[in-house]
Amino acid sequence: MELIGIFKYLYEQLVATGIPQVWVDLISLVASAVIIFGVLALIALFLVWWERKLSADFQQRMGPMLTGWHGLIQTVADAIKLIQKEDITPTKADRPVFFWAPIICFVAAFAVYVTVPFGEGLIVSDLNIGILYIVAITTFTVISLLMAGWGSNNKYALLGGMRSAAQVVSYEVPMIVAILSVIVFVGSLSMVDIVESQALIYQWYIFRMPFGPIAFVIFIIAATAETNRTPFDLPEAEQELVAGFNIEYSGMKFAMFFLAEFINMFTVSAIGATLFLGGWQGPFLPSWVWFLVKTFGLVFVFMWFRWTYPRLRVDQLMEFSWKFLLPLAFANLILAGWMKYSGWFNW
Amino acid sequence: MFGVEVSQLFFYLLSFIIIVSAIYVVSLRNIFHCALFLVLCLFSVAGIYILLEAEFLAAVQVLIYVGAVSILMIFAIMLTSRLANKKIMQSNDNVTVAIFVCAGFLLTSLGSFGYTVWKVVDSPLPENNTLTIGKLLMTDYVLPFEVVSIVLLAAMIGAIVLARREKI
Repeated sequence: MELIGIFKYLYEQLVATGIPQVWVDLISLVASAVIIFGVLALIALFLVWWERKLSADFQQRMGPMLTGWHGLIQTVADAIKLIQKEDITPTKADRPVFFWAPIICFVAAFAVYVTVPFGEGLIVSDLNIGILYIVAITTFTVISLLMAGWGSNNKYALLGGMRSAAQVVSYEVPMIVAILSVIVFVGSLSMVDIVESQALIYQWYIFRMPFGPIAFVIFIIAATAETNRTPFDLPEAEQELVAGFNIEYSGMKFAMFFLAEFINMFTVSAIGATLFLGGWQGPFLPSWVWFLVKTFGLVFVFMWFRWTYPRLRVDQLMEFSWKFLLPLAFANLILAGWMKYSGWFNW
Repeated sequence: MFGVEVSQLFFYLLSFIIIVSAIYVVSLRNIFHCALFLVLCLFSVAGIYILLEAEFLAAVQVLIYVGAVSILMIFAIMLTSRLANKKIMQSNDNVTVAIFVCAGFLLTSLGSFGYTVWKVVDSPLPENNTLTIGKLLMTDYVLPFEVVSIVLLAAMIGAIVLARREKI
């Protein structure tokens, strides 16, 4: 069943009521924003539960079991608990900066979804700068982390925020170059064009030998670092920094950082699925199911990393990005450009 | 999608934000707040680009000025203990000289705006101007493009050499 049919029907019903076109556009915009917000909030709640269950599996524990079936509504209970908590602002905090940091982080995490294709036709707006828009908006996450680190007026928060920013800025470069090598092949920045260029399984960019798999591996490594997850979770290294940039946050503001973190993980998985795994392309099942299957598959890979690898040191982290990943990404970009130009592998 | 009135409303709103945040950037005592207002100012400029249907320019503006330049500035502020958490003055004694320089700059730019003949094209903008920009940069404007790259590279090498502790 294709979801787009339902939305098209609703849109036609809205037009049939005879209200001015401006209002129809406005209502459909607000409606799509509300739907995406609801779906993503649900996904984030599910991901928190899944992360806890997977970590329990990897460590041979049970994980949450009591609330609902296998603890399925444990996150809902946790969220209700967090809402009830007192919202504390430290006396010496930089109040406006402290207040705005979680909001910017949260909004940036959701704003990305304007150009994420959830299925065939299921996209809020197919901007012709699609992937560039996503990359641009995600930079606000770094600003929010720096604001949180500064605004808290706490040395651990400051160190965590600075580590996080240094890491994200360093790994953003190889990530963008890896994305660029796919863009060179597609010849368009639009997310829909990217998906439509990989209609058959051997056209998926992960299978375009030899540049595809290299770009995919660079993307996955850089994405793990971008989302501050193990083995790159230095910004929140518990032994050194207690909790990192969010140490002074409590209640709803903490929940906003926490949810944004999981939504960012879903975002990078969705981008990975769209760029390298054919997005919503696939046989038999509806397109949005394929999109979710591929995205959750990548989310599983990120969780797998987290509960398998130990953490890197700061100097190793920086050296790996600048001395290994970046030259490799550039060499790969040149290779992709040559392949596109020579036309040998353009099937 | 929306009429000219709405985009005009957005234009005035964005201009207001740009001007107010720009004034804050040069007048606030807390230099970290100044940097954040600079981010707001540059982001609103990207909004103006969107209104002009130059989406590629807008995305690049956010990516470079918000994502790289501002973050490096904030980073430098956080690493410099003398700047951090102190209410420092943003102005010095050379106010008179500054007024003359600024007035000169203002007059020059107003003059050049007045004398320039602005071309107005009646035909609608091409659907995908990213492609056009890319093609032009690699064909007609390849020399300036490469010269700018070399200047940037030279600046980068220069910064690294100056910041090195040991002499070469």
